[in-house]
Parts: sequence; C-alpha cells; structure tokens
Amino acid sequence: MNTTAIHIPSAKPKALTDSDWVRHGFIGLTLLIIGLFLILPLATVLIEAFSKGWTAYAGSLTHPDTLAAIRLTLLTAAVTVPLTTFFGISAAWAIARFDFRGKNILITLIDLPFSVSPVIAGLIYVLMFGARGWFGPWLDDYDIKIVFAVPGIILATLFVTFPFVARELIPLMQEMGHEEEEAALSLGASGLRTFFKVTLPNIKWGLLYGVLLCNARAMGEFGAVSVVSGHIRGLTNTLPLHVEITYNEYDFVGSFASASLLAALAVVTLVVKSYLEWRQTLDRKVSGDA
Amino acid sequence: MSINLKNISKHFGSFTALDNINLDIPEGELVALLGPSGCGKTTLLRIIAGLEQADQGQVFLKGEEVTDKSVKNRKIGFVFQHYALFRHMTVFENIAFGLRVKSHSERPSEAIIRRKVHDLLKLVQLDWLSDRFPDQLSGGQRQRIALARALAVEPSVLLLDEPFGALDASVRKDLRLWLRHLHHELNVTSIFVTHDQEEAMEVASQIVVLNQGRIEQKGSPSDIYDNPSNDFVSRFIGQTNVFHLEKDDCAWLQSAGIIIDEPKGIIAHVRPHNIQIEKPAASANSPVYLKDWQHLGGTIRLELDRGASNGSNTIIYAEMPNEKFRELALERGDRVALRIKHAHWFN
Repeated sequence: MNTTAIHIPSAKPKALTDSDWVRHGFIGLTLLIIGLFLILPLATVLIEAFSKGWTAYAGSLTHPDTLAAIRLTLLTAAVTVPLTTFFGISAAWAIARFDFRGKNILITLIDLPFSVSPVIAGLIYVLMFGARGWFGPWLDDYDIKIVFAVPGIILATLFVTFPFVARELIPLMQEMGHEEEEAALSLGASGLRTFFKVTLPNIKWGLLYGVLLCNARAMGEFGAVSVVSGHIRGLTNTLPLHVEITYNEYDFVGSFASASLLAALAVVTLVVKSYLEWRQTLDRKVSGDA
Repeated sequence: MSINLKNISKHFGSFTALDNINLDIPEGELVALLGPSGCGKTTLLRIIAGLEQADQGQVFLKGEEVTDKSVKNRKIGFVFQHYALFRHMTVFENIAFGLRVKSHSERPSEAIIRRKVHDLLKLVQLDWLSDRFPDQLSGGQRQRIALARALAVEPSVLLLDEPFGALDASVRKDLRLWLRHLHHELNVTSIFVTHDQEEAMEVASQIVVLNQGRIEQKGSPSDIYDNPSNDFVSRFIGQTNVFHLEKDDCAWLQSAGIIIDEPKGIIAHVRPHNIQIEKPAASANSPVYLKDWQHLGGTIRLELDRGASNGSNTIIYAEMPNEKFRELALERGDRVALRIKHAHWFN
C-alpha cells in the first residue's frame, strides 16, 4: 500500500537521451562481459560434459559415486531447507511483531553467516565436534559421528543458509504491519489459524523466494561442506565436492557431467526466481493501486 | 452496564498513556472517545478489545471480567482505521471468516454462512461486491465491508478505531450518518474513537472527552457543548472566544461597553453564536470593528478586531444567521457593539 506508482514516459525527450555511441557502447560492454564470464563458461561445461558423447555423459551420471553424491545433496537440502524456513519465519515474526531490547543486534547476528567465510563455518564444527574438539571425546564415547559424516554436512549447510529466509521476510512483514492479524484474532481465530489463513498467504511469494535461494545455496555450497565432509567417496561427497574430486582425478567427463547438473539447477533457480519476483511486484502493485 | 472500566492505567516507557480511567458505558449506547492525538483514546479502545494489555485495572464486558481473556474470546467486533481487510480473500470470504473459524461444534453450516454473509452485505448495501477483492473497492466500500465482517460474529460490543479517518471528506459525511442509522437499527453497544469533535457530536449518543490519559468529561453531545466542565473541553468541543477577566481584558470589556451578565469566574469562554452584534448607538464609540466575514452555509462568521491600543489585536469571532447579517447591512471597518448572551466561566 506504500508503493507509489511512478509513470516513466516511454519516450524520453531528446535532450535527456545520451548519444548513440554511448548507449551502444555500454550495452555492448555489458553483453561482452556477460558472454565472457557467464555464457562461455556455461557452454564449456556442456561441451566438456558431452565431449565423449551421450553415453559417456549418461554413464558418468549413473556411476554409483555420482548417484550417492546426488542423493546426499538432495538429503542435505531436504533437511536444511525446512529447518531454515522454520527458523526464518520465527525470526521474522519475532523481529517484525515484537519490540525487545537488542533487536538490532539480533538482526545483525542473523546476517553473520553472510559475512563469515564458509571455510570458517566448516572449521567451527570441526573444532566443536571433531575428534579433538570440545565435544569430540563425549561423542566418541557414545559412538556418534558428526564431523566427516552426514550430520556435519547438514550442520555446515545450515550455518551458511541460515539467513536466507529470515532476510527475505523481515522487511516484508515489517512493511505489512499487524492489523490483518489483529483483525483475524478479533474475529475469533486462533493464533495458528491466523498464521495459516492470514499471514502466510500474504508472505508466500517472499517466503518462496527465500526458500528458493536457500535451496540453491544448500545444494551448491562447497567451502563449509568441504571442511567437514572428509571427502569419503560414496558417503560424504555432495555434488559440488564430487565435481572437484573427479576433476582432480582427470575424469573430465565425470566432473563436467556433475557440474552440468549444478548448472541446470542454477538456470532453473534463475527462472523460478524471476517468476517469483514478478509475482511479488504484481501483488504489491495491486495493493498499491487501490 | 455493557462495558465497565475500573482504574485502567497504561504506560509506554515513561509516557503515561492512560491514567486511572474509570468508565461505565450502558447497553446500546454509541459512544465517541474524543480527544487530541496522543490523548490515549486508541490505547483505551485497544485495551477494551484485548489488543493491548493495561498495566493496571480491570475490564468488564456485560458484567463479566475479561481483563485476562484473549481478544479472540472477548466477543468483540473491531473495525480498524485502515480497514485491515484480508487482501487475498474476496469480500464474501472476508465477511465469512469469523464464522468459518468457529470451533467445529459452533460453526454454522455452509448454507447458513452463505445466507448470513449476504444479509450482512445487504445491510451495508454492497451485495453486488461479494466476489471482488478488497483492492478493487473504494475506501468507503472497504470500511463498510470491514464493518460487516466485524458484525458477522454478532459481537456484544463494536469497537471502531477512527473509522472515518482515512476517507474523503464527502464520503466521511455520508458514512457518519449511515453509521448512526445502522446503530439505531442494530442497537449494539458501540465505541468509536475520533479526534474530530464535529464527528463525535454528529454520530455519538454519548461523548467521552479524553486528554493526556484522563477523562475530562462524559455526557451527551448537547450536554458537553452547553456545559463544558473545564477550560480544555470548552476549547476542544467547538470554537470559542476566551476572555481573561483578571488581565487587562476586564478594563477593555468595560470600555468597550460589552455587557457580560454577571462574572462567575476569571476566564470567560464565549461561543461565537453567543455574541450578539448590534449597530452602536451614535454616541458609543466602540473600539470593536468588523474586519472580515465568511459564509459558512446558513450562518455568517464575523471576524471582529478589538482594535486594542496595547497591541493585543486578538480577533473575536461571532456567528449569526445570514438574514440577520443582511438586515444589519454592515461593511468592512464598521464599528459594532457587542453583547455577550452567554458565557462559560472557569477559574
């Protein structure tokens, strides 16, 4: 409701347009950079992946180690994304709806994973749960494996994906205000019902957007996961790690075939992201026009 | 008594929003909580609704204490200043919401919900909008839908927070009268918050004037207008001319030949329509002259300059019917004689 529609005339007056060579120069430069640094590498991935034909490509994708890496990546995303979503909603709720001391510090802390190097994120868990870490001996006593095992990978991924949903929702919920929820409560709805019937429909596009970015990061994370994984083939290798290992072993087709999956994920993410952004602006425009 | 408030206080940090409020509102009244912004009127309304918790005091609705009850169990209808309609639901679903969220045993059947929503839509005269979304409606329509939604749960009290605050002047005027008539029809005890004294006078059967977290006066509109209990109420409830008799005003009043029946205090508040204007007798050299006038529809407002020598050229406002003004045939700059018919006295 706060957005004011500004109508920019499509044909700008002559006096405000830059001369042709400036416009073409900038557009050309941008296209060149994108081609050189984005399209070309992406094409290389595909070319290399198919360099020995379709069967070699399919063969390396169906290799047991590759399949194990895909499975682990999907498992990691399946665990971390719901947890991050749940945390994101509760954090956004707390920050948008309640006033409390230290709120700004909390907002800053939520952003911490963005500013910490992922390697350090991985290292933290090694230092805590590793064989010589704080809880190492205790975990050893009970035969619980965290580092160099799946739980460590999930924890490291959680750490790096932690802010995605919360960051998306906080400004959205702050802008939206509390009145619709109060109205639902005054009409006799329970808190849970209010959330599912009133709050969630209003934040759904922003929420999906955050979930999408979170998912892309969870599946693509390399640094943090690399530290805690231990690179055990078929057990603790996620897809990005698998790309690195096969490349280091000169299995280029295998490496680029796995990379092509990640590239496909990126493209799908991009398309869905554009769709969600479009839906969000559409929703805001409708309520802004009224 | 439908609503009773006992010793309600509320602080925000060091700011006292409400200071020991006691208020009883009888069944079926349409009450205005009137006061300047920041006087605590919205906070009080939200405390009655349960959307805000008082630091101290008790709230009773229909004799039952609800102080610690959550808003959803208070059986109140609340109408928000900015409507707060559910933007992703149609008008129909908005109104049906309160019925649909009832527990399984209390929830009416779909057919009854349908009939009830359409009855409410007819009541607010917007039956043809049931399939629209809130953002396709005008402000006035949205507010009427918000009211229908609040009424759907058959609340024991209806609470409205600045219900006309976000509307255009002309729509506001229509809706005021409409609300008053609707209240006659439904007779549900209602409280609305406003900072507009004209709106309070026009709509409410009882007015509660609040200032700085305290109740200044409570009474019918005419009661409050005719017998303001203090200086604040008198100034707030309508235009008034203020004369301080202990300062040089007293001497000035005498020299101006202005007759005040008999002083009963130090400060006199005189409403514009209680000042009678006459053409001065030839001998009287009244210091007051007509500076300007404005048409206010049926009446004329005159700006009278006191022409005081001490530089305090305060303006006195007077009002009179159009015909009377025409009879007097005054021009700008003409000397006039004043007679104060009625004044409110404060110390």
